[in-house]
Amino acid sequence: MIEATGLTRYYGDFAALDDLSFTIEDREIVGFLGLNGAGKSTALKILAGLLMPTAGTVRVSGVDANSNPDALRRKIGFLPEEPPLYREMRVREFLTWCGEVKGQSRAEVRRAMPGVLDICDLEPMADRVIGELSHGYKKRVGIAQAIIHRPEVVILDEPISGLDPHQIVEMRKVVRSLKEHATVLISSHILSEIEQTCDRVLVIHRGRLVFEGSGEDLADRGRDHRLLVVVRGGADDARAVLSDAEIVEAHEVLGAEAAAPGDHAFRVTLTGDHRGALVRALVEAGLELRILDEARSELERVFLQLTGEAADQAPAGGRDDEAA
Amino acid sequence: MLVARRELAAYFDSYWGWVVIAVILLIDGMLFNAFAMGDTPRYSSEVIEQFFFFSFGCTVIASLPVTMRLFAEEKQTGTMVLLDSAPLSRWQLVGGKYLSALLVMAVLVLSTLFMPALVFVNGKVSYGHLFAGYLGLMLVAAATTGLGTLGSAVSRNQIVAFIVSALLVVFFVLAWAMAKVTDPPLKDIISYLSFFDRHFRGFMEGKVSTESVVFYVSIAFASLLLASRYLAARRWR
Repeated sequence: MIEATGLTRYYGDFAALDDLSFTIEDREIVGFLGLNGAGKSTALKILAGLLMPTAGTVRVSGVDANSNPDALRRKIGFLPEEPPLYREMRVREFLTWCGEVKGQSRAEVRRAMPGVLDICDLEPMADRVIGELSHGYKKRVGIAQAIIHRPEVVILDEPISGLDPHQIVEMRKVVRSLKEHATVLISSHILSEIEQTCDRVLVIHRGRLVFEGSGEDLADRGRDHRLLVVVRGGADDARAVLSDAEIVEAHEVLGAEAAAPGDHAFRVTLTGDHRGALVRALVEAGLELRILDEARSELERVFLQLTGEAADQAPAGGRDDEAA
Repeated sequence: MLVARRELAAYFDSYWGWVVIAVILLIDGMLFNAFAMGDTPRYSSEVIEQFFFFSFGCTVIASLPVTMRLFAEEKQTGTMVLLDSAPLSRWQLVGGKYLSALLVMAVLVLSTLFMPALVFVNGKVSYGHLFAGYLGLMLVAAATTGLGTLGSAVSRNQIVAFIVSALLVVFFVLAWAMAKVTDPPLKDIISYLSFFDRHFRGFMEGKVSTESVVFYVSIAFASLLLASRYLAARRWR
């Protein structure tokens, strides 16, 4: 179990973390969500024993990070945003060295190696020079070095940044498989990613915890009966139905790129959960209903509500905690 | 030892260690041939003294490129986090890095043995003189490698590390010149810090001084202590 109490971290006068407290149970995948400079990386670095908090405490399985950082480091595996790799080494050689430097005997590392290579799908690359690998494989080697010593907690800072869509799907599988052996903490500023991968979400803004719950809980906050409606038929008929219906609070016409040729797309806000009534009204007007869907992009809006920021008003002048 | 092992592999796998050793040996050899051997006949002990004089300079200069990468390269490439997140004390970390650099320096210093061996061909050389001279060179290497380790620990990149280390080394090498323009009691202190004039001249002439041995070892120890303190303090910044 991880217990963080009253974590505060100053860089000069700037408070990167401000009285942050949370508890994480064993074998959870927890996402740290926040804008750039929100304090995610600072929090993770403190949990990894790389930084000391100005105030507050962290305990991992009862070990205090402030008074016993070396014991803490044995329990933690850490992957920063940019994987720390010795490019001239071969994958197996590098992982062996990482395991040993993290306190494992060579025999223990040998025993752990096949499992780690399997989890990270690195077996075909095990004898390749790291510098020659693709970015996606380098990320995997980064994860492998974080788990080679069988840590209780694995911390991944922005694990999907810089990956292509195929690599992102593969990385999700890797992250989920880590849960069988360890508690996993992930930081990201991409909501959909956190929602898909994590059991629980902690939203941090300006160093404070502003939301704690599941991805579903977070999404529920955004449900305000906004729908994407695509119909085939007369655009004027559709607009008339949406304008006249009392259940429709507002609607807007979306561009041609939002629908197939011959279809018309609208963003519709209902006064309540009146989806059935809306479908009947459209069909009775002779329109063919092609799509009726919740607007999933609302998650971003929820996040901005939580953080009290407009998308174009990200904290100017706030120090990016990567600089730490 | 794990840190030292990887570091040594990095020196020689990347050819950096070989290049530094080759270049320094070439310069030392040319100086030896041009000035120590020379054209005029002289006693073997004088030739050996000259050899140790040039080797002192070459050892001091070699320590800079050998040590500049120790920590600065890790910070540049982002791999410092591997060492920071490992359950290693700062002493283990600094000690491992220092040991690897000192081993490279030892290979360099011992590679010069062929030069005094050439003197054996036509002259007579005291083994005691050679032992004292090489002990002095190794002690100088220990001290300058310590200063270089400190310079690399406090720097973000290798160029800055080279400059910081060079400034530290130049201070200790030129301390005798600064002492000449300083009044007592500062004059005595600065004069005592002189790597060559106060401490190496004896080794060069075949004399071993306990005071100088302690001095060089103290400089190395103090440098490593400061480097480990600096790295430990990074968690607070």
